[in-house]
Amino acid sequence: MGVSCEWLPNHGYRREGVDLANTTADIRVAYVANLARLELDEASCALFQRQLETVVEYVRQIGELNLDGIEPTSHGQPVYNVFRADEVRPGLSHDRVLANAPAKMGEEFKVPRIVE
Amino acid sequence: MNYLPSVGLEVHVQLKTNTKMFCGCTTAYGAPPNTQVCPVCLGYPGAMPVMNVAAIRLTVLSGLMLGCRIGAHSKFDRKSYFYPDMPKNYQITQYDQPLCLGGGLVIELGGQTKLIRLTRIHLEEDVGKSTHYAGCSGVDFNRAGVPLMEIVTEPDISSADEAVAFLLALKQTLLYAGVSECNLEEGNLRCDVNISVRPEGTGKLGTKAEIKNMNTFKGVQAALKYEVARQIRCVAGGGRVVQETLRWDPDLGETFSMRSKEDAHDYRYFPEPDLLPVVLADAQIEAWRATLPERPAERRARFMHVYGLPAYDAGVLTAERGVADFFEATARLCGNGKAASNWIMTDVMRLLGESGRSVTQCALTPEVLAELILLVERRTINLPTAKGLLPELFEQAGRPAELVATRGLGQVGGEDEIGRLVEQALAANPRVVQDFLAGKQAAAQALVGQVMKLSRGKADPQMAGRLVAERLAARQGGAAVS
Repeated sequence: MGVSCEWLPNHGYRREGVDLANTTADIRVAYVANLARLELDEASCALFQRQLETVVEYVRQIGELNLDGIEPTSHGQPVYNVFRADEVRPGLSHDRVLANAPAKMGEEFKVPRIVE
Repeated sequence: MNYLPSVGLEVHVQLKTNTKMFCGCTTAYGAPPNTQVCPVCLGYPGAMPVMNVAAIRLTVLSGLMLGCRIGAHSKFDRKSYFYPDMPKNYQITQYDQPLCLGGGLVIELGGQTKLIRLTRIHLEEDVGKSTHYAGCSGVDFNRAGVPLMEIVTEPDISSADEAVAFLLALKQTLLYAGVSECNLEEGNLRCDVNISVRPEGTGKLGTKAEIKNMNTFKGVQAALKYEVARQIRCVAGGGRVVQETLRWDPDLGETFSMRSKEDAHDYRYFPEPDLLPVVLADAQIEAWRATLPERPAERRARFMHVYGLPAYDAGVLTAERGVADFFEATARLCGNGKAASNWIMTDVMRLLGESGRSVTQCALTPEVLAELILLVERRTINLPTAKGLLPELFEQAGRPAELVATRGLGQVGGEDEIGRLVEQALAANPRVVQDFLAGKQAAAQALVGQVMKLSRGKADPQMAGRLVAERLAARQGGAAVS
């Protein structure tokens, strides 16, 4: 899985993220639902659209602050390097793994055929 | 108009770890489907990932080997991706703060060297394996969550041959570093190929297309040749290259658009809340750096300089780290790099090739080979005898000196003894002697052969050759006088 890098040699990567100042409630619920493989009817889309716009509007208030020189934070606490030793531990038994599968085929999970 | 291709690679390398990236499931290859899985790698709700420190270390080692900077602050992100092989519906990867940045690898092609710059190296998890049947697909998650290191190059590669040269050099470097088995059959090394073409003289890169998931170097080469030609035809004919994901069909020899992945590109990256950032202390990085081996190119140069080997020989001996280590140990033990090189490049390589084994899988050790070389050098045995012993020493452990003693293989000694054998050979083969005296030079070799036979192969062939020549010359002189 490649990171969708734009080929900009020596310019690093385009930073993706929500640009709060320019978010004019640009949430397209129907599109995101499609990406997330959620089936929403039009009424639900309209409802979620209104609700999410309110949420974004609320979060946008952070844009009113002067945030110069403050790095984006991905975690609230200064904790780093939580590692695990490279030691094998038993996983789940085969029967338990497939017990919850909606459909199975032999030892594999059965899914709709998605192939070119 | 001439068109120039610009090619960038994203190489996925499976790291040599015992366990997966975020859970303790084994990474062993070839187990029955879905027997190496747990709630974490199956993406069960509430299961928490924990980073495998070995995967971090191996990625940093790779970065150091390839001249990268190690990121001061590195983090993991979620990449939304809906596909049956992805149980969580997102892949944990690194978006904007990878472990390694920059770096590069020098390739050699047709006597020219060229630097291929790297953009970055990041760490991510592999997905499951799909098998497609008539009306459905089956998924095996044994591979899901296995650590994958992704090495991204700048679009510095300008031909299919350069791409293959880069992949070979990369594989060699990673094998030297011991970070991956680099076994192509087991899918340890896969790559995505980004290709664009532009008219010569323009600086701006053309629109790129990406060929996904190539798992053989031959495939990369063929797909690149095809795709570059296709794009040039398209642009030269006034068309435009469409940015798309392609699949290479090796049977048809063509690339095809993968339409099902069209809207899969909107990955909606965001920081992985379940994993804390990685901040490596300089002391830690330096401690890991201290464990790095010499790079292949440096070692090749040193072999030429220290052991006086030709460039070609040094290249062959350093192609694999195991062989280079074996050579160097042998050379040190016997004190003769040239002899060690000759033995390894001919007889040992042949035995390795025939047996399909690596240098660490045979009984022959540098100690044994060095002893054999010294036995020849000290004229205890002759070269043919030594070569005759090698296959046996390759198959099972043994000391050459003991074999020589117990089997009486020692060289037949002094000039007197060999001189007697020469007289015997000359007396027994008057016609051959006549032939020589009549001007047939090759007859002398036949007589040396007879001497070797009389000594049961134990005479020093050089001494036998010299003595035969001397005795024949004496007779020639005598014949001329009479």
